[in-house]
Amino acid sequence: MLWIAIRMLTGDRQKFYGLLFGIAFSTLLITQQLTIFVNLLERGASGVYNVSSADVWVMDPVSRTSDVAYAMPSTALDQVRGVAGVEWAVPHIRGQASVRTKDGDLEGVAIIGVDDATLIGLPKGMIEGSTDVLSQPDSVIIDDVGAARMFPGASPMGERLELNDQRAVVRGIADAIPSFTSTVVLYTKYSQALRYVPGTRNRLSFVLVGAADGISAKELTERIEKQTGLKAETRDEFAQGGVNFIIENTGIPLNFGITVLLGFIVGVAIVGLTFSLFIRDNIKQFGALKAIGVTNGKIAQMVAIQAGMVGMIGYGLGVLGTVGFISAFSNNPTFKGFYIPWQIPLISFAAMVLIITLTGWVALRGVMKTEPAAVFR
Amino acid sequence: MSGQNTTTAIRTRGVTRDFSAGQNTITVLHGIDLEVQSGELTYLVGESGSGKTTLISIMCGILWPTQGEVEVFGTDIYALSDTELVNFRLQNIGFIFQQYNLIPSIDAASNAAVPLIAQGMDRKHARERGVAMLEKLNIADQADKLPNQLSGGQQQRVAIARALVHEPRLVVCDEPTAALDAKSGRRVMDLLREVGVAEDRSVIIVTHDNRIFDLADRILVLEDGRITHDGTDMPEDH
Repeated sequence: MLWIAIRMLTGDRQKFYGLLFGIAFSTLLITQQLTIFVNLLERGASGVYNVSSADVWVMDPVSRTSDVAYAMPSTALDQVRGVAGVEWAVPHIRGQASVRTKDGDLEGVAIIGVDDATLIGLPKGMIEGSTDVLSQPDSVIIDDVGAARMFPGASPMGERLELNDQRAVVRGIADAIPSFTSTVVLYTKYSQALRYVPGTRNRLSFVLVGAADGISAKELTERIEKQTGLKAETRDEFAQGGVNFIIENTGIPLNFGITVLLGFIVGVAIVGLTFSLFIRDNIKQFGALKAIGVTNGKIAQMVAIQAGMVGMIGYGLGVLGTVGFISAFSNNPTFKGFYIPWQIPLISFAAMVLIITLTGWVALRGVMKTEPAAVFR
Repeated sequence: MSGQNTTTAIRTRGVTRDFSAGQNTITVLHGIDLEVQSGELTYLVGESGSGKTTLISIMCGILWPTQGEVEVFGTDIYALSDTELVNFRLQNIGFIFQQYNLIPSIDAASNAAVPLIAQGMDRKHARERGVAMLEKLNIADQADKLPNQLSGGQQQRVAIARALVHEPRLVVCDEPTAALDAKSGRRVMDLLREVGVAEDRSVIIVTHDNRIFDLADRILVLEDGRITHDGTDMPEDH
């Protein structure tokens, strides 16, 4: 009977494709929007993810994220270095500056100053050039997304910039995760960054810390906080803080939430309507089957297999569509590093199951209510 | 009668059926008592609203009577559980519907095989039996066609094949000739008699097609929920 159910479903091509479209579109909308949402949120933590070697971030107690930080006195570095369990501690500065390009345009950039000696604080990979270039005078390394934005269609290598009246030369391109706002990021040595960032008495944004063997990052944060009065967070905690900051301070969750909800509603509407029409068109056949002697349980199985088949194919198409979308735009700086977390297909699968269950149940009610005797009327 | 060793195919005792219409109750059948023998081609004739569809629905186990008993080949069908009754219909009753109700997306042979598939027979063997039945009805050459590729008469034969393929003991037909011209109608009735009526099988036909009244073994006339005539011919006043 299940074969008959599938033939009934696929035989009415218009409705079959309509159902597939409904589920696929709904899945695509939910999966794609959730993927963009999660990846955008994660960009709130890009500053942390780009510094993979630091176990602990130490900051002023009022600092919240890698981009929202209150500067500390330089003595904070020595205080942290004095805490037992700290393997190493290096200064890290993050500031804003205006850059004048050779075309005369003005662009707001983020300046990140990394430890002069160890270069801890730089992204792991380089697309062009090497990290050694920072030892040359006035050198900066630009992030790849920033390079594409600031020098579209041209190589930034060797380009001279005017950074707050200071000379800077681009000598490398870093493979970095873009920030939430996709601001151009220039990496340089800490000592150089102090020249680029407008001066205040305190300039140290963070102290990056490596934990000694035998002590966990969490335990070290507690020690640092207790001993220095500064705020210390593990890498994961600080990354989560960046994500939370975006959730709390932007309308993004609401906007994406509305789109995901719309995807669900569109799915329910299209699939519900088409499935109801499909069942209504076949109600006489279902009635005849009931009269002939097909049990309600078998009929329910038939409707379930029809709904399940449409759901699985439509879901597969929707997820494939999302994968295609992400792949197609993978070279676009806006979508750099975007991936589909495994939880998202599960969420859209659950949404699809809900849509199919809801619409299938409504359709099944119509079939179950049909008396076999109706076929004689 | 076409057979010698007949048994009672259907026995009804005091079958009454009420329907609710708002706050009113309408009695459609008034204590019907009848017996139908196997080997008979029985017509159930009456005007619209006379209760013939209700009676045939009750006789084949798809509509519960308000009162009374119905035995089909000795089984009190409304004493069975729901599942048993459904299974009883699947094993013992063949249906031919006025609008055929064939499944549009499967071919004629598969449509004919539906009761066997529902009984759990594998599709290949069921389809072979379906083709064999279509052969008896002289449309085996149409076995691979979808219902919408067949004429009304051919669809009717597929419906007949579906009703007979599982060799039921009771076949019920609802207006089998309503959509056919006189010649085709008589041909279908001849086929039904030839293939459907057997010693151990009974065929009951609901009709008001006076072109085929002469082909019946027995005619029951229903008026206002009561049997007013039971004979081999139609009464003269009809």
